[in-house]
Amino acid sequence: MADKIATRVSYGNALKDLAEQYPDLVVLDADLAGATQTGIFKKAYPDRFFDCGIAECNLMGVSAGLAAVGKIPFASTFAMFAAGRAFEQVRNSIAYPHLNVKIGATHAGISVGEDGASHQCLEDLALMRELPGMVVMNPADDTEARWAVKAALDHEGPVYIRFGRAAVPVVYSPDTKFEIGKGSILREGKDVTIVATGILVAAALEAAEKLAADGIDAEVINICTIKPLDEDIILKSAAKTGKVITAEEHFITGGLGSAVAEVLSEKLPTKMARIGVRDRFGESGSAAALIKKYGLDGDGVYASVKEFLA
Amino acid sequence: MSVAEGFFPDAIRCIDLFTAGVYGYCNLCMFRDEKEVTMNNLELQKTANEVRKGIIIGTHAAGAGHPGGSLSAADIFTYLYFEEMNIDPQNPKDPDRDRFVLSKGHTAPGLYSAMANRGYFPVEELETLRKVGARLQGHPSMQYLPGLDMSSGSLGQGISAACGMALGGKLDNKDFRVYTLLGDGEIEEGQVWEAAMFAAAKKLDNLVVIVDNNNLQIDGTIEEVNSPYPIDKKFEAFNFHVININGNDFDDLRKAFAEAKATKGVPTAIIAKTVKGKGVSFMENQVGWHGKAPNDEQFATAMEDLAKIDKALEAQA
Repeated sequence: MADKIATRVSYGNALKDLAEQYPDLVVLDADLAGATQTGIFKKAYPDRFFDCGIAECNLMGVSAGLAAVGKIPFASTFAMFAAGRAFEQVRNSIAYPHLNVKIGATHAGISVGEDGASHQCLEDLALMRELPGMVVMNPADDTEARWAVKAALDHEGPVYIRFGRAAVPVVYSPDTKFEIGKGSILREGKDVTIVATGILVAAALEAAEKLAADGIDAEVINICTIKPLDEDIILKSAAKTGKVITAEEHFITGGLGSAVAEVLSEKLPTKMARIGVRDRFGESGSAAALIKKYGLDGDGVYASVKEFLA
Repeated sequence: MSVAEGFFPDAIRCIDLFTAGVYGYCNLCMFRDEKEVTMNNLELQKTANEVRKGIIIGTHAAGAGHPGGSLSAADIFTYLYFEEMNIDPQNPKDPDRDRFVLSKGHTAPGLYSAMANRGYFPVEELETLRKVGARLQGHPSMQYLPGLDMSSGSLGQGISAACGMALGGKLDNKDFRVYTLLGDGEIEEGQVWEAAMFAAAKKLDNLVVIVDNNNLQIDGTIEEVNSPYPIDKKFEAFNFHVININGNDFDDLRKAFAEAKATKGVPTAIIAKTVKGKGVSFMENQVGWHGKAPNDEQFATAMEDLAKIDKALEAQA
């Protein structure tokens, strides 16, 4: 896991790389092309890039209209504005008519860093997961992020993909096979299941190594597709370990933790805990410092699992 | 109806413009901008009256719905669906068709009635409006009813979708045009102006925004509530070509849509002054008829009013 790359960069690269293969692909942004990295696409395909300016609600509506006439638009802005500000446009103009719009939401979570709480979206997975027919993906690294963009193009219907600002370790080899709605076991174990998503996947793997040194054999599952959730992989692992802890860069309510809790409580009540941000807004600071402070790094996950098993 | 849809040297399709039996190259159809009149005003007025009956029938059967703004826009719906738009009810998914987005989605009864009368579905189905299992949802849903180009109802959103459609048409060098109808109260939504800015910035001259200026919204007159006046000046400031008309007058509608088609490089906004509740005596200019259905007695009176209009139109024929 030596290489590090921000998934927003993976996003911009994937859009550019897939443009030839998907002639209907168009990209829209809201004055953040440099930050969301759609600028990579814009540079290569200026005629297929549209800047909507600082007007995210219209961005979503325009994307809906483009989809209605056969285009495959990627509507790009920060997660705070895509899922937050424009929530109702996403609901009523995209999800309700089930239009083929892809939402590329970057700068999600606390790792936005210095900009502070106003820009640290910790509720997007909850909001998007609520929408009927919406596929919600939160890739863990460069490989998975690039795959997610292609998978979204091949999927007919609305998709929300969450990307991060900060560079994160590359977990998967480039030839890894993924599937929408399928999680993957990155490390097998028998004592506890860590279900992680996004940047917490690398942290969970790091924590698992430390736990192993303590004689604790942790299973690590990556859930990229928050919706539809891979219930089978979670239920099988829960049946094996009897203890499940979730880890996400999101509020502990509404996101992966809630999704896993819903499945387990209905189908296989299992002792569980959730790692995430707890009912408070974020703050300014470097991404690394915030990730550490809020217990979302390898050490933080390790400590939470130890507490959970105590 | 819409026989002249761009350039096509197909004499058979143009035959109703000429004496039967005249074949050959049809130069009237070379440019869609020069489309021939296919319905005269009297025919349009009669059709609009049928559309109005459908509005009353639908909302009465539903016991709910929005007759006021449907009636004010009935002439606009009629002109668009019977005269202006290049559409085919038998081929509602034709990728080259003109698009219509009812941004003021609550006036679905008016749109549905125009569509039914145009042949998209049986007029009898209007009585299923707002009922469980019906295709005629309270606000338009493209997932339910073929022929609807966009779902709408949450105000301010339809115009953005219309912008996206117009942009998509430009991208593919398609000739189709996009029409969207907004309420005058609706333009209080900020998203309308995000979309207006976008439409002009992207030079969407294939987009026509129509504002149904019936002057009433739920809480009162639009001046009383949060005046968006002057509407024309606002769209002008957003770099639209603006046309002020009487939206209940077919001469005005005909001229305005022709002018919109001839306008290049900028989108057009037609500010259509209308009468809310138009055609039904006790609903005209009454704010209370924004979102209320007629009861049985009111239904009978309304249908009598519309029957009188039929008689008056017959007398003109």
